[in-house]
Parts: sequence; C-alpha cells; structure tokens
Amino acid sequence: MEGKAIKYGDNVDTDVIIPARFLNTSDPKELALHCMEDIDKNFKNKVNKGDIMVAGYNFGCGSSREHAPLAIKESGISCVIAKSFARIFYRNSINIGLPILECSDAVDAIEEGDLISIDTESGSIKNITKGEIYKSQPFPDFIKEIINNGGLINYVKGKVK
Amino acid sequence: MGLTLTQKILSHKVGHPVHAGELIEADVDMVLGNDVTAPVAIREFKKIGVDVFDKNKIALVPDHFVPNKDIKSAEQVNIVRKFAREYGIVNFFEVGQMGIEHALLPEKGLVLPGEIAIGADSHTCTYGAISCFSTGVGSTDMACAMATGKAWFKVPEAIKFNLKGKLSKWVSGKDVILYIIGKIGVDGALYKSMEFTGDLSSLSIDDRFTIANMAIEAGAKNGIFEFDEITEDYIKERANREYKVFKADEDAIYSEVYEIDLSEIKPQVAFPHLPENTKSIDEVKDIKIDQVVIGSCTNGRMEDMKITYEILKGKKVHPDVRLLIFPATQDIYLESIKKGYIEEFIKAGAAVSTPTCGPCLGGHMGILAKGERAISTTNRNFVGRMGHTESEVYLASPAVAAASAIKGYIASPEEVV
Repeated sequence: MEGKAIKYGDNVDTDVIIPARFLNTSDPKELALHCMEDIDKNFKNKVNKGDIMVAGYNFGCGSSREHAPLAIKESGISCVIAKSFARIFYRNSINIGLPILECSDAVDAIEEGDLISIDTESGSIKNITKGEIYKSQPFPDFIKEIINNGGLINYVKGKVK
Repeated sequence: MGLTLTQKILSHKVGHPVHAGELIEADVDMVLGNDVTAPVAIREFKKIGVDVFDKNKIALVPDHFVPNKDIKSAEQVNIVRKFAREYGIVNFFEVGQMGIEHALLPEKGLVLPGEIAIGADSHTCTYGAISCFSTGVGSTDMACAMATGKAWFKVPEAIKFNLKGKLSKWVSGKDVILYIIGKIGVDGALYKSMEFTGDLSSLSIDDRFTIANMAIEAGAKNGIFEFDEITEDYIKERANREYKVFKADEDAIYSEVYEIDLSEIKPQVAFPHLPENTKSIDEVKDIKIDQVVIGSCTNGRMEDMKITYEILKGKKVHPDVRLLIFPATQDIYLESIKKGYIEEFIKAGAAVSTPTCGPCLGGHMGILAKGERAISTTNRNFVGRMGHTESEVYLASPAVAAASAIKGYIASPEEVV
C-alpha cells in the first residue's frame, strides 16, 4: 500500500475520529463523511485513497465504537501508523481488517505529505519522499491469521461451519 | 511463576496457566451490546449464519440514544429490538425497565465474580468492582462472541495498586480514580490490568464500580478488585448461579506497584480535555460553569444520589446553572423517589431524567453550546465530548458537582455544607 501521510499528535480519541452526534447511524459511508471532523475540518477534502494516517501515543483512546476504524477505513486510509494504540481500537482495527502498525521511529521521522509505502507482512515502512526505511514489529501469527482471513468474521465463519 | 488475579481467572477459563503476552481464546459468560454498538454487531453476526451461542448470556441494553432522540436512533434501537425478539434474547432491556448498561448488569446479577464478561462498550471494565474479568471490545468481537461464546485475548500484564488508609469526608471512588489517572496518565495502564488490593474496607461497592469503570481512561484492559465481604454482601442477593472467587498468587508478577494512601486523597477535578489533567479541589479557582451533570455509568448509583441529596437539601441551584440528574437505573430512580431525594432535587431546581447515557457522550439531553462549561460526574472530557468543540467538560465526584451547582463555579462541598 502506498499513499501520502496525514499526521496527528498524541491521544487522538474516538470522539474526534467520529463524534457521538453521528452515531445514530452505522452506515460506513455516512460515518466517513464526518471522520476526523472535530480535530481536522479539512480531512475529508485532503484524504485520498491509499493515504496513511500517522499519529503519536494512544491513538484511538476512549470509546469502543467500531465506527471509528470503520470511518477511517471508509475514508480511504490504507494503514494507520502510531507510537501506540488504545487497546480496543487496536483489536477493532484488526477485526475489521484495517492494518495498523506501531512504530515510534516512523512517526518521529514522517512529515505531513510524505509519500509512504508499507509492507504489513514484514512490518517495513518506506518513506519514499525522504528515502528512509523504518521497521515495526510484524503481527503475531494469530493476528496474521485473522487478517489473512479478511477479518474476524471470516476467521470465525471458517471455524463454526 | 505466580499469576495475577486477572491471569488466574483467564487460566481457569482456559484450563491451564496463562501468562502475560500469550494470545488465548476463552469462553465468555456474558456478551453485552447497546444501541450504538449492537446494530453493527448484528449486521456482522448475520454474516456468520448461525444461532446465538446462549440466549441467556447475551445482554442488549439500548441506553445511549434512548428514549430515542430522533428517527435514526429509533431505527438503530429497532434493529436491536427485532434481533432480541427473533433470537429470543432473554436479557433485552426496553425503556421503562432499563438502566445504563454498566449499572444494570451487576444490579441484575448478570455478571458475577470469577466470570468473563465482554461488552461492546469501553466501560464494560466496570464489573471488575465485583472481581469479574470484564473488558470492552468492539462490535465485531461482540458478533463473534454471540455466535461462538468465545473471544480472543492477549493475556495482560498488571499494575498493582496497593491501597491503605481510609477515605476522608467528601472523598469517594471518583476522586481515587481521578487521582490515579492524574498520576499514571491516560495511557499509563495501556494493554494492562489495574489490580486493586490492600485495605479496601473504606471503599464501598459503589466506589469500586466508579474506580473500575474508569480503568479504561488510563488505557487499561480491565480494572479489578479482590473479592471481600463487601463484594459478597452485594452479590449474595443477586447471584442466581454458582460463582468462583480467585485471588492473585503471593508471588504474582506486576509490571509496576503503586502504594496509594487513601487518606491523603482530596476531592479531584479533571480539567479539559483529558481525564489525566487532574487537580485537587483546593487548586481550582474561579471556574464558572453553565451546566452540571450528575449520573452516568460512572456516578449514577445510589450513593451518588444520596450524597447529591445531602448537599442539595434545602438549597437552590445557582440561577446561571442548569443541573441535570440521571439516576443510572429504574431501581435507583425508584429508591431515590422513596427516600425523598428526587423531591429535594426538583425543589432545588434540578431536572431529573429517566436513565440514559445521552449527555455523557454528547448524544442528547444536555448538549453544550459554544463556549459553555460543564462539570460532570461522567468519565470523559475529550474535545467536543458533551457538545460544541469549543465547550469544556470538567470531571468530578457527585459531591463536588452538587456543590458547584449551588455556587455557580467549581466548588468544594465544604463551601456549601
């Protein structure tokens, strides 16, 4: 996956990713219309398919609303890189098939607008603009299995049938 | 190698000792969803194409946008209602019988010590108060658990909070957890358990619910208390099935240990826009407020109603302030009526509501306008949490919130009683 970086700071919470006033629907397309709007009114206009979201510590803290990773994914973001993720956001992203990587070096080095390419299998993050490579921990096998099955639903489907 | 309390519960479920970092799949005793998260879970569940694993072990509590605030939220609740009827879900709670999910489930005995409860709501960690392993998950997790009765977990490391001393007057569970989050930060317990041990005798069960409820605000997977007589007193009239009590091993391994002297904690206030921005009440000066909210899954329980009553009795809410009070369940509401609390709230000038999460998440019933400030007993004060992105939410106990409602600025209970 390849795209330009859109960068935010620490403790980006689920309320700013998708404010509660829009949670009276669960339609991903409608949610995407309001994604990030309380932290970045311009997000909807600047995001392009494949773009990479980059953020600091504790990304996705707060609510368990799966609407948050759904809105990000539906907006066209192909991967989120952060210094750390809040745990429910982490598992929600895995479960719905939104790749996320923890890598402090990448977050420190990447600037808004840099062109980034990512290999989630190896955890390698390439900054094409700067000509740098950062390494994140690849996923454990169990998580890879969920992702390779296209998310938790398919993984479970395969097991119950 | 010794195991923490959480690891002991997980080990029992899996049938062998499990250690921090291990990925496991475990049977769950309760799966919870609300009107925001369950519709997504139902959509995903139907893709699996099986029946629910157990009609008795799923709880559906529409509580966020109820009584429905608009047509869209009515449609969301209707998805949940129809699903509950179609699949014969025993624990579906309609408006009029319901309560805010995390107050309701323990009250009804639907979660018990030594069990595993997962809920598609981040504050599911509340049941750690009664020594249950409970944690928030997403809708897809909920969907899969409804189908299989199982969920995946990474076995957490734990931070031990060794408590000693007794709480001072006007200090409650809310102050304890705000104090701790102020100390360790909003990611201080990321991916970990917060285990509370030591001298728990001055912490009532309601204090413990409040503390465990906000473990997620420190990033924790769960917060959990050791079982004692106070837990047993609460459980014994509610449990309709056997439960098991676990204890951390003497040689359990903790990533950190904090010694907390409860007697040193003063009433706390968390400033915008993170629960970690805490100050003790004597450091808070001249913060005028427009709205006060007392209630929610954090502080809408019987003790919260009682302390609010004691502070408001015979007094008036400041003319520039709107005071909104939300008993967390129908039983708490009814008990508050019987005790005469509600009458005093209304005489003081408060608006009292049927149970709903509405104002806590900026859903409805108490939205803030641009530039407005609220003090609230809820659990989050993120940007725009209760309304306009240029409004502010301060978090505190019901005692501080009630005192502030009278004074018109953030005040200590000592100023009014």
